[in-house]
Amino acid sequence: MKNKFELLFTTLGLLSLIGGMFFGVIASLQFVFPGFLESIPFYKTRPLHVSLIVAWIFLSSIGGIYYYLPNYNNIKLHSRFLGILHFSIFLFTGILILICYFLGEFGGREYWEFPPILAIPIFVSWIIFGWNYFKTAFKTASNWPVYMWMWATGIFFFLFTFSEAYLWLLPQFKGNVIKELTLQWKAYGALVGSWNMLVYGTAIFLMEKIKKNSHIGRSKIAFLMYFLGLTNLMFGWAHHIYNVPTAMWIRYLAYLVSMSELIILAKIIYNWKKSLDESVKDFNILPYKFLVASDIWILLNLILALLLSVPAINMYTHGTHITVAHAMGSTIGINTMILLASCLFLIDKITKIEYTSGEIKTIKYGYTFLNIFLLIFWISLIIAGAIKGQDVVNNTISFKEIMTKINPILIVFSISGIGVFLSILAITIYPIKKSLIFLFNK
Amino acid sequence: MSRKTKQIIFFALLSQFLIYSLFVYISIPINNVGELSVNSQKGKLIFQKYNCIACHQLYGLGGYMGPDLTNVMNTKGKGKDYAKAFITSGTAKMPNFHIPPEEIELLVSYLEDVSKSGVSPTVDFNINKDGTVTINK
Repeated sequence: MKNKFELLFTTLGLLSLIGGMFFGVIASLQFVFPGFLESIPFYKTRPLHVSLIVAWIFLSSIGGIYYYLPNYNNIKLHSRFLGILHFSIFLFTGILILICYFLGEFGGREYWEFPPILAIPIFVSWIIFGWNYFKTAFKTASNWPVYMWMWATGIFFFLFTFSEAYLWLLPQFKGNVIKELTLQWKAYGALVGSWNMLVYGTAIFLMEKIKKNSHIGRSKIAFLMYFLGLTNLMFGWAHHIYNVPTAMWIRYLAYLVSMSELIILAKIIYNWKKSLDESVKDFNILPYKFLVASDIWILLNLILALLLSVPAINMYTHGTHITVAHAMGSTIGINTMILLASCLFLIDKITKIEYTSGEIKTIKYGYTFLNIFLLIFWISLIIAGAIKGQDVVNNTISFKEIMTKINPILIVFSISGIGVFLSILAITIYPIKKSLIFLFNK
Repeated sequence: MSRKTKQIIFFALLSQFLIYSLFVYISIPINNVGELSVNSQKGKLIFQKYNCIACHQLYGLGGYMGPDLTNVMNTKGKGKDYAKAFITSGTAKMPNFHIPPEEIELLVSYLEDVSKSGVSPTVDFNINKDGTVTINK
């Protein structure tokens, strides 16, 4: 069946999102109500949440790239067999990872909490993806639009940073905690940058197709922003290690590079009125709504990221819930909004099944409530983090007292998290239904 | 922007990144701070085996359920016995993992070496005019 495995990637991505949000809700309730659902303790629900959300980001962006690259360049994908093999490895490894978590078998690393042996099939699957992508992409015109550069960059840097994240297995690195931690932050900073390249590339692609304006992906400003983003991916990670006793030049170079994001902020503010006028025109198009929301979340998270990158502020925010606000705001507000836009667009194109008016209404309600709940969720984390940061630096009350103090705010965070989950359910349930009908009817 | 210009910028950035990465690998840490003994390296694997990072942080990296453990071994009123008591009995928030005594010893050895490596969270610092900080200890 044509485009089947692309749809499988996307559908599995949406299911991972629901699963990830479900475990996120349980984990947040365990955070504020200790003892809740003891049969799956927090040290299991957290990795389940994180890994399923990371799987959502990769599955949905990869599914999109496999579909968009050949179909919108009028070329054939280099190998559909490799695409199916890629999906099979992803699915098989994903199931093994979930089993490991349920059984309590951990590798115990932040983000990659599964046993290290499972990194091998993941690495192989990305080699397959890279091979298929580049063999297909090089068949097209030589002057690639910016999103093809971004996808290529995302694939390359995933492989680089994923390998770097496992350097701790080598004797040269595992014997020193500072060296190991610094490398871990370096790898993770660029890893997030690599998936951002896949996601932002998808956003520019969608914008170009919805607006029917091929200039969007080929403009000079698009490439300048890409290179600025790439510079930050490469050198901006070290604002996470201002308090780690490592070489000063690493920290201050990161501070300098992070501040270059002020240019992006200035551009967003400068273009704000124009983009607002344009967004009103196409706001009835479902995927476009999500792209507009992601723009607003980019602005909010960029301001937060810039503040966190200033060492004087970072001393108060590092290791607090403000860092979580930044991570969640970016993952849900930016990445998930863009990827939901992509899923809605792609499922429409492949299945060609219309939504009923009731289904559209549900998705639109989901969209509105998602943004409202996410804002409450994000603000409550910032407030909790600010209180914690202040108390930690003042060093007058214990960790337990700080946690008791911020618990009411974290209850608001948990409740709004349930709202985010239900809103995402409302948005995704019908696209999943459409995909499953298509996949099982053909 | 021509294709060639884009390629030149990309490969210039990439080569700088590779050189930079190499420098990062060899220039950390300062004065060999953070060296782990053989037992501590085994303890680190125990820390990972029980997924301690899901709830605890080291230098701010990790979960938020429990406290940052960077200086748990050299903070006044805490230390080896304090840590062992928590690990052995658990708390309302932390389950008792029933960790064998020999693994607890290795875990404590790891946390002792981590404690010697630096301070986290940083509470004693001065803020400079350019937004940077001078950490006093």
